Amino acid sequence: MKKEIPLAITFLTGLIIVVTFFIPHQPLGTMQQRLLIWYSIVLGFTMLLGVDSLLRSNLKRLVGRTPGWPYAAVLLAGFAFTLAAGIYNWATTRSLLTLGSPFMFVYTFVIVPLQATMFAVLAFFIASAAYRAFRARTLEATLLLVTAAIVMIGRVPVGAELWDKLPVLADWIMEVPQMAAKRGIVIGVALGTIAMSLRVILGLERTYLS
Amino acid sequence: MRFFERIAAIDRRLIYLALALSVLIPLLFKMVLPTRVSEPVRAAYRSIDDLPEGSVVMISVDYDASSAPELQPIYLGILQHCFAKKLKVLVLGQWVMGTPFGELGLGRIAPLYDAVYGVDYVNLGYRPGYRAQMVGLGREIRDFFAVDSRGITLDSLPMMAGVHNYNQIDLLVGLEAGQAGDEWIQFAGARYGVDIVIGATGVVAPDKFHYLQARQIRGLIGGLQGAAEYETLIGKPGAAIAGMVAQSWAHLLLLAFIVLGNVGYFVMRRAKP
Amino acid sequence: MTQIIGTWIAAGLTLAIFSFLYKDNPFYKVAEHLYVGVSAAYAVLYAWANDVYPMLVEPMFLGRGAVTTADRWILLVPLLFGLMMLARWVPRIAWLSRWSIALTVGIAAGLGITGQIQGILLPQVAGTLVPLTSANNVLMVAGVIATLVYFYFSIAQKGAVKVGSRLGMVFIMVAFGASFGYTVMARISLLIGRLQFLVFDWLHVVK
Repeated sequence: MKKEIPLAITFLTGLIIVVTFFIPHQPLGTMQQRLLIWYSIVLGFTMLLGVDSLLRSNLKRLVGRTPGWPYAAVLLAGFAFTLAAGIYNWATTRSLLTLGSPFMFVYTFVIVPLQATMFAVLAFFIASAAYRAFRARTLEATLLLVTAAIVMIGRVPVGAELWDKLPVLADWIMEVPQMAAKRGIVIGVALGTIAMSLRVILGLERTYLS
Repeated sequence: MRFFERIAAIDRRLIYLALALSVLIPLLFKMVLPTRVSEPVRAAYRSIDDLPEGSVVMISVDYDASSAPELQPIYLGILQHCFAKKLKVLVLGQWVMGTPFGELGLGRIAPLYDAVYGVDYVNLGYRPGYRAQMVGLGREIRDFFAVDSRGITLDSLPMMAGVHNYNQIDLLVGLEAGQAGDEWIQFAGARYGVDIVIGATGVVAPDKFHYLQARQIRGLIGGLQGAAEYETLIGKPGAAIAGMVAQSWAHLLLLAFIVLGNVGYFVMRRAKP
Repeated sequence: MTQIIGTWIAAGLTLAIFSFLYKDNPFYKVAEHLYVGVSAAYAVLYAWANDVYPMLVEPMFLGRGAVTTADRWILLVPLLFGLMMLARWVPRIAWLSRWSIALTVGIAAGLGITGQIQGILLPQVAGTLVPLTSANNVLMVAGVIATLVYFYFSIAQKGAVKVGSRLGMVFIMVAFGASFGYTVMARISLLIGRLQFLVFDWLHVVK
């Protein structure tokens, strides 16, 4: 039961979606639209997964005064404050996107700088890696490095200042050899995805149930 | 020889400092270089510029703060272009953490063109489950967005009168930091024949050229450089053009690091018995 | 005033994250934990405001977007599947979440098959079927075939296959190099974005 019903659900829903692609007429068309809406609704619930364990483990850290508990306090305070700001927004405007509202304040001045800076830090790591790790040890590695160099310089304004053909060369790399390899990869991935999707629908691939 | 040994052991923080300075100095001195416009960006520009007044452009804000410095300038440029051309703008987003960027951009640009909410533009906001939603919108937008991001029913918004599915969308602009662009191309483009223009981060853009060649998308705006090219085309210099000298300096510095690292590596390797 | 306070908070948090570059420190840890807490609340709010309320509560209880009574109450099905997804919170009934996962996996697989064939496979193959009248076209077709040969592991890599595979490797390295160049561009752009914020919006060093 614990395996058969999920397999049957996957088979039926997958089959309906494939069949309605070819026969979009009633009642299949409406049935597909309903399934798509359901998919959207159910997937929304996954946003809540993980929140419970996050809160529970940090509450435990805080109450038990385990090492690093002040950080748990910061996490929980951030959660509570944002939740309060969002609830206030919702209660007053029925929207979370109202400009100038407390929730948008949290988004603009807390979430954005934190997330954006975490990714900006990667620029420094890539610089350090460029210095220490990128070595032209083999022909393949040399090819990679030379292409990277042409694209890096050719795609920014200084490229044209150095040599006016450099941007043209960079564009050509992107549009011909680079594109050809990516197309080869994409065709392979598409074949793989189709095969895997078929296996999932037919119940041959069951790893998602483990 | 000793020189290379010494620089091989250089403190990584000095590398960080050099990079920070290479970006900061051009910004502080407001250095600008002329921007050359590439063909994929020009094609994207033309796709919007050729639309007749009143056409509906759907813009999907599919990124969050982690890539906003690249994509928000593209978004702002496209919004300015659309409002200047008196096109109707319909915004939505597929990335939950980035949905507010759609509203922030509209809040900044719409007043400059006296664009009115509900008449000239609408923000649908976010719904989960993007590939299902992309297919479902082809039948009826209201099945997923009975209300917009402000909680207003779509039927009470003048701009949405008669706009029910992709048949009434003249162009879709996907601003992509991940997979959503490929899904738009599969489900809105291939399935419903929607014309698509993609704006993408530097990481994502190389994976979109094969769509451009196969005419699955009509234009491609890649990274901050693409944004600078778009700003050039619409004649509204913004954050992207302001950042391009810093970008150039940083790239030159990185190239110098790679060359120096390699020269050091080969010199030391040859010296070893 | 709110703008000024907000900008100072944002600048403080930006510097706290950047401080990690020097070494791990309490400022960074505070910022990191704050991010996790704030993001978790954001997810909860968005699940309510963009999913549960507009797609379940409004149509079921306010009748918005639902035409018939059946339209309203059939939504109990996705509600049930949604709640079963949350069964993962309770280890004893966690297995129930498989039903919800099965629903989403089935639909995604169905969409995947048709989407990949219609949206990727056929148009990409069609895009490769070009007249070999220019050097670029010849190079492109050769590149696509060679890349496919490189990833074709079902036959022994010798003779002509080996040559094709080797050529495929050349194209792949060019593609990875190009991707690397673009990735560098992307990462530097993010740094520019943060420094523009600090220089223009916070310090107003440059007008």
